[in-house]
This record gives sequence, structure tokens and C-alpha cells, in this order.
Amino acid sequence: MELNLEHRSAAHCENGAISALLRFHGIDLSEPMIFGLASGLFFSHVPFVDVSGMPLTSFRTVPGFLFKRITKLLGIKTETARYFNREKGMRKLDDLLLKEKKPVALVVGMYYLPYVPKEYRFHFNGHNICVIGKDETIGDYGVLDSNATCKVTISREDLLKVRYAKGGSYRLFGRMYWIKSVPPHLPDMKPMILKAIAKNCRIMTRTYRGVKYVGVRGMLFLSERIRTWERKMGTQKALMNVAQVVRMLEEIGTGGAGFRFIYGAFLQEAAQRTGIAELNEYSARITEIGDLWREFAVRASRMFKRRKAETCTFDDLGDMLRNLANKEAAFYKDLERAVEKYMD
Amino acid sequence: MKVDEVPQDLKYYKGSVVRDVNYAVDEKGQYKAVLSDGWTPKNDALDMALDEVRGQCGLIAEKVKRGESSPLEYHAAKNLMDVRLLSDYTGIPRRKIRRHFRPENFAALDEKTLAKYAGALRITVAELKTIPE
Repeated sequence: MELNLEHRSAAHCENGAISALLRFHGIDLSEPMIFGLASGLFFSHVPFVDVSGMPLTSFRTVPGFLFKRITKLLGIKTETARYFNREKGMRKLDDLLLKEKKPVALVVGMYYLPYVPKEYRFHFNGHNICVIGKDETIGDYGVLDSNATCKVTISREDLLKVRYAKGGSYRLFGRMYWIKSVPPHLPDMKPMILKAIAKNCRIMTRTYRGVKYVGVRGMLFLSERIRTWERKMGTQKALMNVAQVVRMLEEIGTGGAGFRFIYGAFLQEAAQRTGIAELNEYSARITEIGDLWREFAVRASRMFKRRKAETCTFDDLGDMLRNLANKEAAFYKDLERAVEKYMD
Repeated sequence: MKVDEVPQDLKYYKGSVVRDVNYAVDEKGQYKAVLSDGWTPKNDALDMALDEVRGQCGLIAEKVKRGESSPLEYHAAKNLMDVRLLSDYTGIPRRKIRRHFRPENFAALDEKTLAKYAGALRITVAELKTIPE
């Protein structure tokens, strides 16, 4: 049995999974639109969360957040579940697929995914895929992974392993989510878009007092911390940490600069859909910021490629990050003000 | 980023179905989704992490040859698993795993325990008992 759902690539895995679920229920939104409506831009640097011995730097929210936000906005009823019992988790998946004939999105670990290149197999438990079918004779599952170029299949055994991936910074218990019902009429696009933009600006600029790890403040925090790395842990370890930041910046489907470009694409589409031409200017601005993030990655990578801090110092990286933080802070503030004008 | 600037530095994606999608601006200023084969800075960052793992594996391999450590420690490091993660996957207590890192204790392991380790590390029991040259 396989549901009729075509494969579509996406830049971010969660967008891809959401897109597949929505398309099945007749809502066809582009990836940038999904990302924008879910207020997906994010930044966090949390030193006390350990990712393979290094502090967590992330450009995405916790898996599941985007889905929650966008379905709430669209008025869609959903369900999310985790199962401590593996067999129960698989049985529920089969029930949804075969009886209710619905696609189900899963949060899985990268490490045991069979079609991912071996160099990318890290213990990272935050990948999203969408299961659309099951071969009942062999037991293989048909899966849409938005980071692949076509539909893939995973054996039951492998699927069990990736769904119940352990350890790391985030433990999975067969987490899955699906759409229960869709309202007959979707709400108006314009107010939704404006609301989502305003929300994203708030997330990035207005964190609670004392929380210095997320949003623009998180960037400033990292820009100060990065300067001390070489002194604190020696050149080699410091370069490892920089490499980790770059990997988080541009890892498969979890890119930092990439996300800025997606948001740029979203603002452009938003300008078209709402007729607010001003948003095009902001699209160009966030594109510039994205280019700066890429430059940051290039310069940082030159540092650890040479294995010596010669072309660029840790202070330079700190300066770049601070510049980025200031630019983004101004961007969100202006964007929020611009959007508020059009909201009643 | 312009459409013609989308990096196509194929390295680790070679021979697999995984690709990146980048959003870039075309000459009219319109955003477009473009498939990308990878990007050198990204590959370099991955290299750095992989080199670190390789270096560690090299050190452990030396220790195994000198008889100070067991092949289990080597394979765990190669699979990026620390004691805690290995314990999570196999269900064997951390204290015992640390014991099994000693060659004399490792040599005395029964088939059942070896199979558990081999399963979590995705290798055969025969491979688990040796280290590659």
C-alpha cells in the first residue's frame, strides 16, 4: 500500500515533512511559506547542553515546534505521540498508514539511516521524515525524505532503530505526528502572514531578561564567547569548536545562512500574496544578512583548514558575529514596525 | 546569494541520494530553489570532525596493539559512541563496558554479549574481535 504523494525536495527537513502532510490534505504551500508561517528563524547558543563534547549552537528550534505553530495558525487539528513500547509505536504507525490511510511524520536519528552517506552519520536525533507507505509482504516502508532527491525505502528493522535512537542531546521515543482533520476553509492569508512575521521578530529580539542564549542576544553571547576559546582551551580544541559552529551553520537541512535565504524567499512571496511591496525591501535585506553568514562560514573554515589561526583571528570571528547580531537586531525591529502598520 | 553562486562542491554526497536545497536570487531578483551538491567550507568542517575521530582511533589502535586496550574501545570510538551511548544502545551497564575495554576482560566475553556490541556497532562479531590494519 502506498499513498499517492509525490516527492519534493526541501532545504529543511521539518519543512519537507510538514509540506508532505499538508499536501496530502490538499493544502499546497511552498517551503518558504511554511517556514515563514511557522516563524522558523531562530538562533541559540547554549553552553551547558553538550553535543559530542561541545556546546550546542543551533539555528533551528526543537523538532516539532514548526509543525505546532503552523497548524495552530491554520486551524488544523493534529496529534503528536511518543511510545515507550517499541512494538506499540510501530503498530500505531501501521494503523494510521493502512487503516486511516494517512501519511505520518516521524522524528528520527541520523545515525542508522541507511541512505545517508556514511560521513554524515552522526548521533543527531532531530531529523524529520514522512512515511507514506508500507510494502506488506516484505515489511519495507516508503519514505519521503526532503533531503533526498527521490523517494526512499527503509526496512522495518532500520526504521525501528532510527525511531528509537538513543542518547545524544535529545532522546527519541518513536516520536511521530500527523494531521487529524483540516478545516473546510482556511483563514485569510494576509493577517496570518503578518502575525507570523511579527511573532518571528518577537522571538528573535525579545527574550526574557536573563536568558542570554537565544535570539539576537544569543548571537552577541556567542560573539563574546568565541574570543575566549583559544585562551581557554588551546588552539586545536578552539578550532574544533569553530568547526562545530560552521557545521551547525550549514549542516544538511539545518543551515543558518540557508534559513536566512528561505526567509528572504518567504518575504518575497508574502509581498506578492499580501500586496505589501515594502516586504520586498526586507527580503533584500535578509538576503544580505544571509550572504554575511556565508562569509562568516568561509572565513571560519579557512581558519581550521590551515590548522592555524593566521588569516583570521578568533577576535575577527567575534567581530563578524557582533556585526551580524546588530544587523539582524535592526532588521527585526524595522520589520516588526513595518508589519504592525498593516495589522488592525 | 545568486543562482549561479550556489555551490556545487561534490564530496561526501557522491553516490548517495542526499542533496541540499539552497534558495538563491536569479537575475530578476526572484527567489528560486536550487539543488546543491555541497559546499567546501561545510565539507572542511566535516573533515575536521572526521579527522579528530580518525586521530583518536589511531591512538586507540596503538594501545590495542600494545595490549593495553580491547578492540571494543576502538570500534566504539570509530562509531562516535562514548561509553554512555554504547550503554544506552546495548543495555550493558557503563561500569561493565569500561571493564570490557580491558583486553583480558574482553577476551573472556561470551557470544551473547559480543553479539549485542556487534549489533549496536553495525559490524559482525568477527570484525568486533579485530581491528583493521
